[in-house]
Amino acid sequence: MKRRITEYIFVAIAATATAVVAASLIAILWSVAAKGLPSLKWSMLTQVPKGGYYLGGGGGIANAIVGSIYLGLGATALALLVSLPTCLYLRVYLGRNPLAALVRLSLEVLWGVPSIVFGAFGFTIMVFLGLRASLLAGIITVALFELPIMIRAMDEVVKMVPAELEEAAHALGATRFETATRVVLRQALPGLVTGLLLAFGRGIGDAASVLFTAGFTDNIPHSLSDPAATLPLSIFFQLGTPFEEVHRRAYASALILTILVLLASALARILAARFAKHTWR
Amino acid sequence: MLAGQAMLAATTFSAGLVVAIAAGLYLRARPLILRQPVLKLLLGESWIPSQGQFGLKPFIIGTVWVTAIAVVIAVPLCLLTAVFLAEYAPPRLRAVAKPLIDLLAGIPSVVYGVWGVLVVVPFVADKLGPFAVAHFKSIPYLSTEYSAGYSVLAGGIVLAIMVFPVIISVSDEVLRAVPSEFREAALALGATRFETICKVVIRRARAGLVAAVALGVSRALGETMAVLMVAGNVATAPKSVFDAGYPLPALIANNYGEVMSIPMYDSALLGSAFVLLIMVLVFNLIARAVFLRALHGEHI
Repeated sequence: MKRRITEYIFVAIAATATAVVAASLIAILWSVAAKGLPSLKWSMLTQVPKGGYYLGGGGGIANAIVGSIYLGLGATALALLVSLPTCLYLRVYLGRNPLAALVRLSLEVLWGVPSIVFGAFGFTIMVFLGLRASLLAGIITVALFELPIMIRAMDEVVKMVPAELEEAAHALGATRFETATRVVLRQALPGLVTGLLLAFGRGIGDAASVLFTAGFTDNIPHSLSDPAATLPLSIFFQLGTPFEEVHRRAYASALILTILVLLASALARILAARFAKHTWR
Repeated sequence: MLAGQAMLAATTFSAGLVVAIAAGLYLRARPLILRQPVLKLLLGESWIPSQGQFGLKPFIIGTVWVTAIAVVIAVPLCLLTAVFLAEYAPPRLRAVAKPLIDLLAGIPSVVYGVWGVLVVVPFVADKLGPFAVAHFKSIPYLSTEYSAGYSVLAGGIVLAIMVFPVIISVSDEVLRAVPSEFREAALALGATRFETICKVVIRRARAGLVAAVALGVSRALGETMAVLMVAGNVATAPKSVFDAGYPLPALIANNYGEVMSIPMYDSALLGSAFVLLIMVLVFNLIARAVFLRALHGEHI
């Protein structure tokens, strides 16, 4: 009897914990939506800040939306350029080599490096290369920040590709490079897309890494050497003003950013499901 | 052949990046380290850049405070939630909960910060603070005379919620990976579900659970924007959870703008980034050692 009671008490506690966790996470989405929606206007999406925007003047945050998207796309493309070869190399070339474990350990450590440290490092590179705070410097920094996130997600799926497929390719006379690009890559495609969009979402939402490197401007960047505004920083700056009207816009901007990130995440799921049809199981 | 070399180059780059980051930051911090002993930097109490005083102690302590509070809140809640989802929840609930948690893992930290300012700070100021003033007079670390809400507690709460998705999603996977034969054997011997979980499932999964918590903590250690927005940013070591604190990442983020105007300031800030990196690395090493010990014990 006593054991039965313990069982019930434990289930009750565990269920309560789950409810608390779910409630707090839903509360975040709820309060951002509830605070942001009333202040969300079409002009916020389409206009750049006009004079006195941060004092309550007119305009919108198109500069930050476009800046964030440029930055996210550029950084994700750059990170893909390094992470995809890394994952394929780990799987097809290194295989069970102990070196692979060492590389993975180093990447795991890199995953835990805070984004502000990437920001500080990006600043160091920027000064070293003689760049100014610009879209390019921001893209490089965010790409470095996204790299371990992307590799972690991609390595997971590339590792799962059945060994038989790889052996079959080798048996047919394919080189390792052909095996990597035509067999492993294709088989892992759904997971790779998920990893890509996951990294994009994290990159676009991170403020600390671009603080030093991307600069901030009220204009939409026209070239890689222009400074670029980003949504997270725009939210931060708007919230930092003493004006209620500007605060409300910060809430609306937070809603826009959340929607962007959740869209990327939802898209990742849909694409993954679609590509999964073409893989061998 | 060429393609293989290009891929090797990419792999070397990825694997070496963490060393490059540490080296780059160290080189930039060196001018300051050469001018004053490292211990003075780490244990110095005062941060007055214009007088060349760069003591990181209050900031290191601030970081430890918010992270510790986050861990105390998040770890029990997350482990219980993961156990509930993996062992008790009906499949339908799981089917909803898992994608939701993964989705929430992607919410940007600045959004958590906005929520913290909107909800957590007022909650601490209006509810928890007055309650502590009335009831916690003699309890160390919890007693306070007044709280404006912007405090290490607010920072810890926001951080805890930020790491929920990370810890839960990994722990859940770890628990699910325990073969069901183990559970069936225990249940067949007459153990209740609770006993099975405590004595069989968790024991079997403990290395993975350690790894899950470690992932969450290293995320919390370096989190910047959300904490910066709610922790108060006062450069003294907090004495109570209701005091304001100033974690290292917030220090770096708040002062980047003035870096070039004061001598040694950039060295000091990049040095703080280096210190933060080392804190994360040391934590990772300890977590790995614990993980390996737990892994070793699993096969008994």
